[in-house]
Amino acid sequence: MKFMKRMAGRLILLMVALVLASCGQSAAEVDIAERIEEEETPVLTWGVKADTNLFGFYSIESGQIEGFDVDIAKALTDEMTDGEGEAEFVEVTSKTRIPLLKNGKIDGILATMTITEEREKEVDFSDSYFNGGQSLLVPEDSEIDGIEDLTENDTVLAIKGSNSTQTMRELAPQVEVLDLENYSEGFVALQSGQGDTLTTDNAILLGMIATNPGYRLAGANFTEEPYGVAINKGQEDFHEMLDEALDTIQGNGVYDEIYAHWFGDVLPADSPNSASTSTTGAADPEVDEEVESGGEE
Amino acid sequence: MISLLQQYWPLLLEGFINTLIASMIALVFSLIIGSLMGMLQVTSNKIVSGLANAYVEFFRNIPLLIIVMFFYVVIPMYWVGISGFWAGTIGLTIYTSSFIADNVRAGILTVPKGQMEAGLSQGMKQMQIMRYVILPQAIRIVLPPLGNQFINLVKNSSILAMVAGLDLMYYGDFVAMETFNTLSTYVLVGLIYLVITLPLTYFTRKLEDKLGVHNN
Repeated sequence: MKFMKRMAGRLILLMVALVLASCGQSAAEVDIAERIEEEETPVLTWGVKADTNLFGFYSIESGQIEGFDVDIAKALTDEMTDGEGEAEFVEVTSKTRIPLLKNGKIDGILATMTITEEREKEVDFSDSYFNGGQSLLVPEDSEIDGIEDLTENDTVLAIKGSNSTQTMRELAPQVEVLDLENYSEGFVALQSGQGDTLTTDNAILLGMIATNPGYRLAGANFTEEPYGVAINKGQEDFHEMLDEALDTIQGNGVYDEIYAHWFGDVLPADSPNSASTSTTGAADPEVDEEVESGGEE
Repeated sequence: MISLLQQYWPLLLEGFINTLIASMIALVFSLIIGSLMGMLQVTSNKIVSGLANAYVEFFRNIPLLIIVMFFYVVIPMYWVGISGFWAGTIGLTIYTSSFIADNVRAGILTVPKGQMEAGLSQGMKQMQIMRYVILPQAIRIVLPPLGNQFINLVKNSSILAMVAGLDLMYYGDFVAMETFNTLSTYVLVGLIYLVITLPLTYFTRKLEDKLGVHNN
């Protein structure tokens, strides 16, 4: 009995310690805006994905995470710290990103994260930096140019249990929807002609196009799921800085350059289904050319 | 579970029927192909038995999913379109036939070799000896493991769900994902599979009794 009591006492102590430790979210409470002002070389830590083609993926060649989200994060860091700060990256997944943000391990999330009401209860979002949404992937020579072209003779491939398969059934009840196990199986089924089109988020479809030329998106997104940068609540100043910085890079061509770098081949800014949120009208083909010819030779 | 059935019975019924059809087709053809391969495996012609052996060992030793995916993806890509249902059924037939062939071969080998020699010495042809002497004895050995193969076949038909074959498991997945009532859905689907497999077990037992398998 004595032993039990002693153990119980220790357990309680341990629990108290754990509770205290979890309370001390000091990292998350530090005002990031203040930190940027005060520190000589402020370091901003961003949570990015490492498994999503084009947005955030681990490049074996360079040994680093690369992608659209990563470059936008770098540009935002530069803009907010006047080029003095450094951007660091932490690999996150859809499951880990909010917990990591809340315990202060990362300052912001750029990980193909859709701005939703549900999530806005947990975190704050910047303005949108990418127009995500559900789209259709078709072979280059397909006659389908959007969801409105789908008839009862068309077969749409989707992924089991995803939101996109449910949305598809609601928006186009006339078509036959076949559910495959996962993205790679869905794509290979499209390749072998088991369906006329594959539907899911445009970001994932773009990643497929990037590695498998000969496919394109058909028409504009038919759902709106804009991606935003997520930060902790209570960081009003940082939030403001972030939105300003985003606004600046969207206006001064930096955003357009990054967009063209990652999506120029698969989804040019002047295409009708562009996901660019640029405010400069980079749709201008001339700008595109300049960006291209300006590349390192 | 009752409410799931009430709400989704048309889907589950369609799945049940498709599973039943796929299983029946695969059962008939795997029995034909399997018996043939089993007999070819024990012929004296080395080339023929070698080829039959290769067929059996190849398909018996690779995952069913890979065979099915081959018919679902590769054949349509380079040759002719096959729907998920047919890709699944063909894959299932080939896979099961290799197991049946092995059962048949083992059954034939249990009949003493002397009987073949005795038949030959009587001037019977090899096919005749097979037909009238060996197979009637072998079938009594083969039937119980064959019953197992049929039951496995019905359960393996759930592979169709992987290639959108519209079978019971496919709609089971669909209902589970839509209702998030995963446990009840899969219990229900499991019970519906029993509706096929239990009678099948019963009939193979009956057949075994009729052929006197248990009288040895």
